[in-house]
Amino acid sequence: MDGLNIPLNHILLVSSLLFAIGMLGLMIRRNIIFILMSLEVMLNAAALAFVAAGAHWGQPDGQVVFMLILTVAAAEVAVGLGLVLQVQKRFKTLDMDHANRMQG
Amino acid sequence: MSETIWLIPLIPFLSSVALMLFGSRLKITHIGVLGVASVGISALLTLVLAVEFMQNQQVIQASLWTWMEVAGFAPGISFYFDGLTLVMMSVITGVGFLIHLFSTEFMEKDPSYARYFAYLNMFVAAMLILVMADNLLLLYLGWEGVGVCSYLLVGFWYQHNANGHAARKAFIVTRIGDTAMALGLLLLFTELGTLDIQAMVGAANQTWQIGDSIPLVACLLIVCGAVGKSAQLPLHTWLPDAMAGPTPVSALIHAATMVTAGVYLIARTHGLFLLAPTAMTVVAVIGIATSLMAAFTALMQTDIKRILAYSTISQIGYMFLALGVGAWSAGIFHLMTHAFFKALLFLGSGAIIHCLHHEHNIFKMGGLRTRMPMTFWSFMIGSAALAALPMTSGFFSKDQILLQAYQLPDLGPGLWMAGLLGALLTAIYSFRLVFVVFFGQANTEPDKDTGWRMAVPLSVLCFLAMIGGYFMIPVAEVFPASDGSHPAHWVEYVSISVPLVGLLIAYLVFFNRRLNIDGLANSTVGKSLGNFWLSGWGIDWLYDHLFVRPYYGLANLLKSEPVDGIYGLIVALNQTFNHWLSAAQTGRMRWYLASMVAGLIILITLAANLSTGVLQ
Repeated sequence: MDGLNIPLNHILLVSSLLFAIGMLGLMIRRNIIFILMSLEVMLNAAALAFVAAGAHWGQPDGQVVFMLILTVAAAEVAVGLGLVLQVQKRFKTLDMDHANRMQG
Repeated sequence: MSETIWLIPLIPFLSSVALMLFGSRLKITHIGVLGVASVGISALLTLVLAVEFMQNQQVIQASLWTWMEVAGFAPGISFYFDGLTLVMMSVITGVGFLIHLFSTEFMEKDPSYARYFAYLNMFVAAMLILVMADNLLLLYLGWEGVGVCSYLLVGFWYQHNANGHAARKAFIVTRIGDTAMALGLLLLFTELGTLDIQAMVGAANQTWQIGDSIPLVACLLIVCGAVGKSAQLPLHTWLPDAMAGPTPVSALIHAATMVTAGVYLIARTHGLFLLAPTAMTVVAVIGIATSLMAAFTALMQTDIKRILAYSTISQIGYMFLALGVGAWSAGIFHLMTHAFFKALLFLGSGAIIHCLHHEHNIFKMGGLRTRMPMTFWSFMIGSAALAALPMTSGFFSKDQILLQAYQLPDLGPGLWMAGLLGALLTAIYSFRLVFVVFFGQANTEPDKDTGWRMAVPLSVLCFLAMIGGYFMIPVAEVFPASDGSHPAHWVEYVSISVPLVGLLIAYLVFFNRRLNIDGLANSTVGKSLGNFWLSGWGIDWLYDHLFVRPYYGLANLLKSEPVDGIYGLIVALNQTFNHWLSAAQTGRMRWYLASMVAGLIILITLAANLSTGVLQ
């Protein structure tokens, strides 16, 4: 730990950037697979922030939350991919803009 | 005869129904025979009745059946016949018969011949019911019946918009009075428990003292009805416009019978009016004011029928004056003589209009004396009677009215002088009409002279207008006797001479033109006054701006439903929001996401700002 002393702010900056990238991807991507991937990026950005914060204060809580996020992400992907299959089956496309039946 | 009195209104009624149902299938001669004969039979039956009545002076009460019976209120279809009824019935059937006969020639070319006689017969039936009714509800039925027939006949040539307008005006304006009259009937019924005229007057005399307020209110409401029907101030505006109907209709309905129904009503309920002296004063003042107003207006008119219409209003004003001063029999007497000479004048004008290609303007006539001698003499006699020149029928009746008015305490001499002024004006405008139409140079050539069906009624009415003043109307039993006193002789002499002065003025101005009034007529004051009188004292203009236009404005406003507009606004607001919000519901996930992010950013920014604010 001694040799690698990165200030907390830098890590948080990276984490924010990752989060922003994920969110941007979420908003501009139309393919549902990419949307799910962007979501993963956002989750991981949050997880990174937890881990960094835990390391900074020398507390284990950050890593505990990271484990939790990991499982949540896994569960989310499981459900999400199931949805992807259903979407492909129903709409014959993965473009989410075409899968809009709930209009006005 | 007394058992079959109901035949008299029934026969014209049946004839009217027959003409309505089968009129289009009958030949024109048959229609005429049916229309005239039905009224003729009624007139004969009335004559028989009159002879019987003269012998035994018996009042007849004929109850046919009960009209309806609701909680002790049981008006009957029942007739009451006394001297007053006899006078009215004689006028209606007698003059009515002559006018029907006249109409067969006047309306000969009209395609709606059967419809005309159906309406006219129906009118006679309704008018007979009005005067024969023994209770006020049946009277009201006849009252509204003649109103409907008047409406139908004024708008007889409904193809012209103006005629329809005149008909509606006549109907609506009289309806104002009728509504007040209905209220009066309701008041009388609630107070006295009966509408049977004789019983009601008896009960009124037992219940109320002279000068009580309830009979005053009831009488004033009845006067409102009479004022509407008899075209008195302030509800007179419909009568000049009602001249849009065929001229015999004007003679029958708007001169001889229907417009005098108000006079009959007041005379019939005189027992009530004696309990309300204030109401009688109101009647007298309305009468004299109307009489003068209409006489001034008649002075300026150029349409022959409008002159006669205003003169009718003016003469009915005299009848109201008579009723108001308690000269009941003089009022009814004037009603009868007026029916003779005014029907004569109207039929004479109808003959002129008929022979002069429907020309109404008197200044486009002229010189008709030699071309239409029959009509000329009719007009001479009619105008003489209208102006109350001595020895004509109008003289006797108007003289009685003026003399009795003079004897009224307090107001009497004032009413008498105003009445004299009216008589002077009457003489001027009636002889202005004669001189302008029958003398001078001819402006329009008549294309034919009158046939016998026009000449006979004119001659009979000429005769009646001459000698009508010598009739003794049998109403002594009906009305309380007058005290029989006479005013000073000079009053009588003045009353006699005033119409002669009027004749002289008309002669000087309109015949030999010795008296030049052009300067006066063309001066600023003379011109504006003349225009004021020509327009009927601007009363039509006033009503138009006071009632008709605001009403139209209100109707236009209400047509767009302003109250609903408030609720409509709420609905529109909700719908707008709904549109906005449902536009946000696109079904596009990325759109939702973007809006969530935007919201989040806004929230975070707000929270950051707030927290810094708190920290500082």
